[in-house]
Order: sequence, then C-alpha cells, then structure tokens
Amino acid sequence: MSALSLRGLRKSFGGNAILNGVSLDVEAGEFIALVGPSGCGKSTLLRILAGLDHADSGEIFVGGRDMSPVAAADRNIAMVFQSYALYPHLTAGQNIAVPLAMKRLSRSQRLPLVGSLLPGQREIRTGIARDVREMAGLLKIDHLLDRKPGQMSGGQRQRVALARAMVRQPSIFLMDEPLSNLDANLRVHARGEIVELHRRAGVPTLYVTHDQAEALSMADRVAVMIGGNLLQLAAPEVIYNDPAHVEVARFVGQPRINIIQAQAENGGVGFEGIRLALLEKVANGPVSLGIRPEFVKLSPSGRSGLAGRIERLEFLGSEVIAHCRLDTSGYSVVAKLAPHEARDLIAGMKVGVVLTPEQAMVFGPEGKRLRIADTAGARQESAYA
Amino acid sequence: MSSIPAGRIIRFALLSFGALMILAPYIFMISTAGKTQSDIFTSSLALIPQHFYFAENFAKAFAKVPMATLLWNGVIVCGLIFFFQVVVAIPCAYAMAKLKFRAARLMMVLVMLGLLVPIHATALPLYVAFDRMSLLNSYISLVAPFTISVFAIFMFLQFFRAMPDDLLHAARLDGMSELGIVARVIVPNAWPAVTAFAIFSVVAHWNDLYWPLIVVSKQAYATPPLGLMYFRAAEAGDDYGALMAATLIITLPLVAAFLLAQKRFVEGITMTGLKG
Repeated sequence: MSALSLRGLRKSFGGNAILNGVSLDVEAGEFIALVGPSGCGKSTLLRILAGLDHADSGEIFVGGRDMSPVAAADRNIAMVFQSYALYPHLTAGQNIAVPLAMKRLSRSQRLPLVGSLLPGQREIRTGIARDVREMAGLLKIDHLLDRKPGQMSGGQRQRVALARAMVRQPSIFLMDEPLSNLDANLRVHARGEIVELHRRAGVPTLYVTHDQAEALSMADRVAVMIGGNLLQLAAPEVIYNDPAHVEVARFVGQPRINIIQAQAENGGVGFEGIRLALLEKVANGPVSLGIRPEFVKLSPSGRSGLAGRIERLEFLGSEVIAHCRLDTSGYSVVAKLAPHEARDLIAGMKVGVVLTPEQAMVFGPEGKRLRIADTAGARQESAYA
Repeated sequence: MSSIPAGRIIRFALLSFGALMILAPYIFMISTAGKTQSDIFTSSLALIPQHFYFAENFAKAFAKVPMATLLWNGVIVCGLIFFFQVVVAIPCAYAMAKLKFRAARLMMVLVMLGLLVPIHATALPLYVAFDRMSLLNSYISLVAPFTISVFAIFMFLQFFRAMPDDLLHAARLDGMSELGIVARVIVPNAWPAVTAFAIFSVVAHWNDLYWPLIVVSKQAYATPPLGLMYFRAAEAGDDYGALMAATLIITLPLVAAFLLAQKRFVEGITMTGLKG
C-alpha cells in the first residue's frame, strides 16, 4: 500500500484544463520531486492534495484512506509554501507552536483569557513549548524563536517554515518551491539540509520545483509534469538518460537536448547519413531525433561528421558550450565539450559535427519515445516507465 | 549662515499658509473662548483677548450643560458604533475577499450600492421604525443604523485582498476554521486598516449632529454636538464665549485621540511585514 496515491486527478479553471488525469504513487519514506515548467499544474496538484482546492474528478488516498471527504485541517498533511506564509504577527516560536496548539488544545482551552484558567492546559502548553524547542534545536534556529518573521532573513524564515511543517509529524510532507526565494549559494546548501531532514524523519515528501537541478539532485524519483500531464515518473538517472517523452527530454538537461526533425521510412529513421533501425512499427513521416549536447563531438579538421560552422562558444570553466549550425539542414546544434577538446576551436570556424548515432533517441510524431534496435551500448534499463 | 534654497522657502511658505487657513477658525475659536462678552462684540478683530476670561467661560460651559454626560454619551455611542462596525465588517470583508461563493458578485454590487445611499435618504423610514418600536431617545436608536458600514466593508475588502493567500492556506492546514482564521490571522494583521477606519468612523459619529437631532430629544442621551445645540438655545442667550469654551472641550478628546492614533497608524504600517 502506498503512503499516498493519486488516481486520475482532473482540474480545470473556466474551460482551461490544468490537470489532465494525473495518477501518482508515493511509497513510504520516499522523496518525490514534481518538476515542470511554470504553469504546468504542479502547484495546483499540491493544493488539491493538501485539501485547499478540489479536483473536478479523481481520488486521493493517504495510507489507503480516501481523502476526498476529509478537510484540509484533518488530513495531517504539512506544507511548506514558496512565500513561507509565516504569521507576521507571531514570533518564530509562536509560529511553530500554532499547529500543535490547534491539535492538542481544545477549543475552549485556546481562548485568550479563559483558556489559561482551564485545567490541564498548562501541561499541554509545556509539552508544546518542549516540542517547539526540540524542533528548533534540530533546525538550529533556537536563537530566532523570539523574533518575528519581519526581523529574519529569507534563509531563517525558510527554516522556521520547515520547522512549523515538521513539528506536528505529518503523514505527508508537501513543499511548494521552498528554495526559490533564496540566493543561489544558500539554495544549494538548503537542498542538502532538506534531504538530510527527510532522511531522518522518513516522512514521504512531495517536492514541487521548476528547477531541474533541484529535482534531479534531491529526489528518489522525479515526476515530470508538462501541460497538466504527468509524462514520466522515474529515478533521476532514468529521467535524464532514458526520457519517455520528447518534452521530458527537452525539459531535463542543461544545456537543452538537440532535437532534430528526421524522417521515418520503412522502419528506420534517417537524417543526413545517420540511419537508425526502429524496434516499433512507425508510419512513414516526420519524427524527432534527440541527441544530448555531451554526445555531440566537433572535428576541427572537418574530416568526419556533418559540415557546420561554430556560431558561438561559451566558456563555463569545467566545460565549453559550442553553438553550431549545420550547413545543409540549417539546424542549430549545441555541443558540450571538455575544455581540452575545445582548445583549437574559435567562433566562426568550419567544423565537422559528429552526432553519435548510438546515443540518439527517437520520438514519434506525438512525442512518445520510440525504441531503437540494437545500437551498440544503448541503454537497456528495465525501469522504463 | 546656512542658505536655504529659494524653492524650499516658497514651498514651505505655501504649506504654512494652507495650514494657517485651515487652522484659523479653530485658533479663533480658542481665542474667543477666552474673551468676555464685550470683547467678542467689539468691532476690531483681535486674536489675543483683552481680559483673559478662560476660567469664567469654561466654568459657565460646565455649569450650563451636563458636559460630563455629553462626553460620556459621545464615548458610548462612538465606541458601540465602531465596535459593531468592525465586528460585522471584518468577517464580511474576509468572506468577500478570500472565499469563493456564488453570491460574491451580487454582494459586491450591494456594497457598492450601499456606498451610494446617504443616511439622509433613509432617515425618515428609520425614524418611523424607531418611533413604532418606542426606541427614540435611546442608545439603540443612536447606534443601530450605523452598525453595518459598507464603507468599512469596502475598506477592509481592499486591505484583505492584498493579504497573501498562502497565509490563509497555511492557517487552514494548521487546523484553523474560517472563523479561527479571521480571529487569529486576519484581525491581528489588520490593525493598520482598523486604525485608519477608526479615525473615519469616530470622527464622523462624534461630530454627527444630523442623526442625534432626529432621534434624541432628551438631554440624557444627547451627544456632544447635540449638547451644543441646547447650549445655543434660549437659556444661554448669546454667550459665545462660553459656547466656544464648550466646543473646545468637546473637540479636545477627538484631537487628542487622533494624534495618538496617528502615531499608532504610522507604526502599524511600517511594522507589518506581511510578505513573511
């Protein structure tokens, strides 16, 4: 039984389909990153999961229990928001204590003056204070407990928001781009911390981001969502090396994958001298050929590969990105080279562009991945989703 | 000698002149409150009284009308009106700003319409209704017509719209009911709006003469401006010195309250880091 499972979630706003039947399973203790471009519906999905919004159709199960009739407050799902959403009028300590107070104190015990006179509430409040301090110690924010959100930096607020979400030991943990308001250095640092906290707490986590580097580096499995469809859910390596859909291939990887229009003919794909045999039967017509930039090599002598010209070179320290244009077809092709490979290259020079055919991926007219027959060294992972 | 730019002098002079124009009647009122009867009716216009008559005029003001009752009535009426206005308007504005319900648009239209209808238009039916219920000459008749303020709803609505949705989402996930959100999240963060509205509401109702004049005929329920009416009446004759002294007394609490609230108001605005 999965910790969380979504079945065919659909949602549209005024005729605009935001979610087109999303199904997803999160196993116990798993960290899943939900990644996709802005506006692909990932935040909507998270809000529906949390009970803040309703799906038009579809089901949500947490630990096998149907969540549709359960109110947001009773789902025991915690969420960290992009804006952190800390209560501005409360100190960090009070912020962290809110979910505990709402859960442990009765309605009358929460009343401002009367509540403090009722029996039993003192012990509960002591317990809450203890748990808040413990959580603060875990996240190293002890010294901030008396400050209000306005007096804290972005990184500190993010920690307080995390503490507030974790303190009540939720059954599911949702995070909506919690790092996007931090500066780049802090973000990389916070990534590691969140993964560490997740490992320690073991709460299944759904982490929404538009940053593919975050998704690939943090998650056990990555779910790629584009245009309201969940296109692929797999381990980060599989997502990168073996994308199931052209949009997945296009979205993941920096610089972006080279996509070239090719022709399918008689069970094979041809493009300027490259020929690949397809395993699946495909009607003759246009298909897409995808080659990652690291599998494009440049031959300065121009003796091998397709004739082309370097338009621009970007030096990035550990690598060099070469933007080339093919002479005959006019396609722009990006190559990722090691600095020593790029030593003799200058912008504007003629080169031979070698597209490694055995590393190429073929996508059908609707974008679905098509298998290539027996190319030497082609990846044959079974985890293809 | 430090030289001040000419532009700045001109600007300062213009502002001072404007301020003086607006303050002049009030200043003249203070001056008149200290004059004797003969002083007031001299043909020359003097700001400084010839004989300082403040004590006598104030004494007369307190003696001729029950000043304490008037002020107390003012406080009670303004306090009750403000309290009910806030209690009604905050949940209403919250619902209209942040909750989705079918009649939201209709409500918005009604609020806008409500903004267009002045009290003068509804005064007569209200008067008849209070008369039928034998509620004339009571705090209820003074307070009830103003408990639902569309202006307050409108003002809070604008303020609440700017509150981040995530804050409310977080509150719901933390286990708060909608009323809990209003009490624990909205109200504590709405102080700037509440203070600003308090200034409008209290000033309007403290100074209101129209409505008390309609529903109150007994001195026991008279608000300060109505009290001044009694003052002007036959028994006091044309004692303008005492009248001005009385006016000074009833405006002072408002001036003091406004100065205090203004400080809080500015603090409120600068201290809310809602983007938290």
